[in-house]
Amino acid sequence: MRNSKLGRLYRDGEIVIHKGDEGSCLFVIQEGKVEVFDENGGGEVKIADLGAGEFFGEMGLFEKDVRSCTVRASGNAKILTIDKKNFYKTIQKDPTLAYRLLQKMSFRLRELNKKVTQV
Amino acid sequence: MSMRDFSSEHFVLEDGSKIAVIGGGPAGSFFTYFAIDFAERMGLDISIDVYEAKDFTCAGPKGCNNCGGIVSESLIQSLSTEGVVLPSTVIQRGIESYTLHLENGSTVIETPLREQRIASMFRGFGPKGNTDDKISSFDDFLLGLCQEQGARVISERVSEAIRTADAVTLTTKDGTKARYDLVVGAVGLNGKALDLFKSICPSFEPPETTKTYISEFQMEPELIDKHFGNSMHVFLLNLPNIKFGALIPKDNYVTLVLLGTDINMEIACSFINSKSVMKLFPRGIKLDDITPCKCFPSINVNGAKLAYDDRAVLVGDSASSKLYKNGVGAAYITGKAAANTALFNGISAHAFKKYYQPVCSDLDNDNKLGKFIFSVTGIIQKSHLLKGALLSMVISEQKKASHKRRMSSVLWDTFTGSAAYKNIFVRCLNPLLLVSLIWNIIKSTLNLIFKKK
Repeated sequence: MRNSKLGRLYRDGEIVIHKGDEGSCLFVIQEGKVEVFDENGGGEVKIADLGAGEFFGEMGLFEKDVRSCTVRASGNAKILTIDKKNFYKTIQKDPTLAYRLLQKMSFRLRELNKKVTQV
Repeated sequence: MSMRDFSSEHFVLEDGSKIAVIGGGPAGSFFTYFAIDFAERMGLDISIDVYEAKDFTCAGPKGCNNCGGIVSESLIQSLSTEGVVLPSTVIQRGIESYTLHLENGSTVIETPLREQRIASMFRGFGPKGNTDDKISSFDDFLLGLCQEQGARVISERVSEAIRTADAVTLTTKDGTKARYDLVVGAVGLNGKALDLFKSICPSFEPPETTKTYISEFQMEPELIDKHFGNSMHVFLLNLPNIKFGALIPKDNYVTLVLLGTDINMEIACSFINSKSVMKLFPRGIKLDDITPCKCFPSINVNGAKLAYDDRAVLVGDSASSKLYKNGVGAAYITGKAAANTALFNGISAHAFKKYYQPVCSDLDNDNKLGKFIFSVTGIIQKSHLLKGALLSMVISEQKKASHKRRMSSVLWDTFTGSAAYKNIFVRCLNPLLLVSLIWNIIKSTLNLIFKKK
């Protein structure tokens, strides 16, 4: 990866966010992939693979709770951080900025509903 | 200004409405991108034609929109949230710090979290004579996004705009006429194109401008890595007419931008040949030999008045911009605000006055504070003592936690365009920052006295 992508470089396997940590920012993948998984009783349950353009950590923007999943780089990945403070300042001026976030969260809820129904 | 029939229902976009955007630079593209997005969300079927005669895939003036080529931290964050990720061919270099150069020294100020949070890019296909196919145009990328969403790009120049009872009719140079429900002007500071809008917006007064200087230096990427790194180099030197200068590293070019008042070749040369600038380049290099192009583009220093009427609105530099920095950010703000108004509130002069004008006024009012901030930096530029105090303050801050680097963050936002001038001004009034500045001024004064003794 040359200097042509924004964000911070995470090496293959490097943890981006850890379940249980306090979260106050959103992450947007600029290049590469990450895997989202839940850790319970020493095992791992994979929840999703995310690629360039997708975001994660959005719950940290809206809740004071800790991170609900662990996310690690799958191969080298460049990831940009969106600070909570900046996000809210911007959204205060331009609420339409939240459309895509709401759309994605709604999509994820629909996917979760499907999985629950299947179980 | 005409205020025909405020409440009339025919001043709203509906299924089948046609919009023309004159100018396919960032302001025109942002308007188009968001207008289509909002229309889709509302289930509205509209069509947009973008008139752009320039070919952004051409090197040099043919494809260039005369810009330093920086996408600010705040815009990168907003675009990422909107789902727009700049491709690696567009980003020439991710900037992770800036280096402040004064006559009495330099210091590096890093971005929060040490991320590459600012992008350097080319608006067109690089400088004159460029053949490097690793370069992709930023403007072409944005225009491509609009085309993907369904906008039609027409490679023609618009020569006439005439208002009729319920539409605006545009005529292109080849004589083709087309009727539109709304015409959006994203023509930058092009005088002829701005005149075109005077015929459909009779009360419109174009923005005030001043001349700046931009040039490119072609160098091997390894040399740029070694001498400039991923850092934007900002110069606060005591030179006439220059508010500040910046050297922006890209992949195999370094772009020089000089901002100030009516900059000419003589002023530009005095900057380029100054010790602080020359020491950054490899020894013995002849800068004239590696300069494929230079220009003196105009910038908006005082926003336009009444940049709208029924069925017509101007965006980007043609309306309001950010003083000395982040023109692309202002294009995003005004382009999106105009799209928002047109889709959600209507296309009458009244709607634009009520919902779009306040966004432009915010930018214009913020620029007034910006002028004040730059008049203070002008005082610092002229004083060896104040520059010494500023430098020692910033250097000592770099050893502290990021939330305690108050002056560094003020300077970062002043020169990168990452925050509004109002926000910067408020942070300048922080008592802890002022106490620290006064303390550093006292220290610098004592140093000078002892040196003299």
